[in-house]
Amino acid sequence: MSTVKEKKDIKGYLADLFQNNRDLIDSGSSPPLNRHREKALSLFRKLGLPSRKSENYRYAPLGDLFEKEFAHSFNVKKVSFNIHDIFKCDIPDLDTNLILLVNGKYYNSENPLREIDGGIVVGSMAKAATEMPEIFEKYYNSMAGDTGDGLVAMNTAFAQDGVFIYIPKGSVLKKPLQVVNIMIHETDLMAQHRNLIIAEENSSARVVVCDHTLSANSFLSNNVTEIFAAPRAYFSMCKIQNEHNGSAQVSHTFVKQQRESNVFTNTISLHGGFIRNNVFARLDDEGCENHTLGLYLTDKKQYIDNYVKIDHAQPGCHSNQLFKGVLDDQASGSFNGIILVRENAQKTNAYQANNNILLTDDARINSRPQLEIYADDVKCSHGSTVGQLDQNALFYMRSRGIPEREARLLLMYAFAYEVIGRIDVKPLRNRIDDLVNKRLRGELSRCNNCVMSCG
Amino acid sequence: MLKIKDLRVSIEDKEIIKGFNLEVNAGEVHAIMGPNGSGKSTLAAVLAGRDMFRVTGGKVLYNGEDLLEKSPEQRAKEGLFLGFQYPIEIPGVSMVNFLKTAVNELRKYRGQKQLSATDFLKMMREKKELVEIDSTLTNRSVNEGFSGGEKKKNEIFQMAMLEPKLSILDETDSGLDIDALRVVANGVNKLKSKERASIVITHYQRLLDYIIPDFVHVLYDGRIVKSGGKDLALLLEEKGYEWIKEEAET
Repeated sequence: MSTVKEKKDIKGYLADLFQNNRDLIDSGSSPPLNRHREKALSLFRKLGLPSRKSENYRYAPLGDLFEKEFAHSFNVKKVSFNIHDIFKCDIPDLDTNLILLVNGKYYNSENPLREIDGGIVVGSMAKAATEMPEIFEKYYNSMAGDTGDGLVAMNTAFAQDGVFIYIPKGSVLKKPLQVVNIMIHETDLMAQHRNLIIAEENSSARVVVCDHTLSANSFLSNNVTEIFAAPRAYFSMCKIQNEHNGSAQVSHTFVKQQRESNVFTNTISLHGGFIRNNVFARLDDEGCENHTLGLYLTDKKQYIDNYVKIDHAQPGCHSNQLFKGVLDDQASGSFNGIILVRENAQKTNAYQANNNILLTDDARINSRPQLEIYADDVKCSHGSTVGQLDQNALFYMRSRGIPEREARLLLMYAFAYEVIGRIDVKPLRNRIDDLVNKRLRGELSRCNNCVMSCG
Repeated sequence: MLKIKDLRVSIEDKEIIKGFNLEVNAGEVHAIMGPNGSGKSTLAAVLAGRDMFRVTGGKVLYNGEDLLEKSPEQRAKEGLFLGFQYPIEIPGVSMVNFLKTAVNELRKYRGQKQLSATDFLKMMREKKELVEIDSTLTNRSVNEGFSGGEKKKNEIFQMAMLEPKLSILDETDSGLDIDALRVVANGVNKLKSKERASIVITHYQRLLDYIIPDFVHVLYDGRIVKSGGKDLALLLEEKGYEWIKEEAET
């Protein structure tokens, strides 16, 4: 019973932490965000941290993460560094708009909210909440608030800032927007940020998110992103997780789609000690299209856990989940994918695949593809594979003079490419391609630079 | 070039090659024929370095060195080539990438400069003509979705690209229509030279109408039971393998 007691203590500790620092948390944020905290805290008190008993977190060894001693981001003075020292960015092809979050806070305080491409607003969540209160109130926490996950409630209670992106009706973001999340501190640090993305009717935007750690301390981040896609909006987000292996991240993404909207998310996990990604997408009107993809290339003792739930609430929608992973050494992980087709959601097309390659006997993956179908005229499929590299293919390549190491790399790379090939920005695809290649070769160590300058 | 002495090979305690002898010199074409299950493909795979077989006895010398000690890639670099009976499909690995890696590995071994992209493509174009392979095939993944004939032509194409000293073609003719057979044979004949040798493993005499062997050997129950000139192939075609079996068993 000792674990139960510990869990209770952590919950209590975190709730007390909130109460004792309430003023500090509020003052570093803005009133519209602050107004959500109290309710979120009581929800967190009710739900607590997810335990292994919770079906959704069955395999995730979350428990120990929160037991460590951390400094907290609301307590951190502004970290100052010269951004140009870190990003010696030569962005050859990919011209992006750059946004920086440092320990979960928007970095550019002189210009917290920018307008680009005629009406598209990007910037600090805390600032946007006060500047654009109607939009904020309409969307903020409207999806995340209903979750049964205590971690999400905790984020709502603690989060002070994050990225806000508003793409108004009919507007098109020409260059992809790059969001770089940086963790840097002189002691171990926990941070929770909150993003809100609103894509209005007929709009189109692409976002690249890169997670990095810039100091060798332990980090724990618990982030929430809500994405709203209005009718016929196109939105894509490619996330590259490249934190050092002493860091842990839980990332929750909520997607709500309206009629004929198209949302694409792709999460590429390269480095990071503990990674848990949750994606919930609700296809809330007819004709929506959703692509949820992921690629994980892990080794040593990394743990990677992807949880996806695609909720087909209305007829005639199309969804596609594809998660692929290569696990080396003692790396372990889990994939949980659920397709839910509600009674009303006739003519649904929903696919799901999870393919894994284990390079050693010690690497482990739990794969649980699930279908829950309540409509009778649907096309759904799910599949999961766990295997090793194809020995016949290896021999074939070696018999042509290709060294074994190179042959293995070619095979792994080919395996991964199915996910990379679907990235919709060509220069970005090429960069990630290169990054994945380096990761497989073991040449990509903890990367201090942003993804765009890794080449 | 190749000397095989009393080779014995087992798989899972079952002996398949039971004392095999063969000597191949530069410039020669050897045909190895034999009924199903006689050990033809096992022989080819062992020579190329497949590790699922266990060599329990005998020796294989290639250019005077112990071949069996070398890795498959080392054998390939030293000029050995196996044309697979069942070429492997490798989804996601493009023909271009695959061949470029192989060719450049070989060049590295020979102390030659790496080919530039342009020179490599030029080389591919020339060799494609040589084997009359459909040029779109090289834009695809290795063997993926290729028809049986295309896969076999692709083996010959790879052979042309890698210019091996000793080619072992394992039933490259099986399942081919007459046009594909001609293409495969042409490819082999065009690569023929005084410095190179080939071992053509086949079940039927058909291929040997196009590739004229200097020697024909009949493999039965893991051993060569009869050797001769190209006439032996014709005799086998006419009389089948039964008389060989009978002769071998008495």
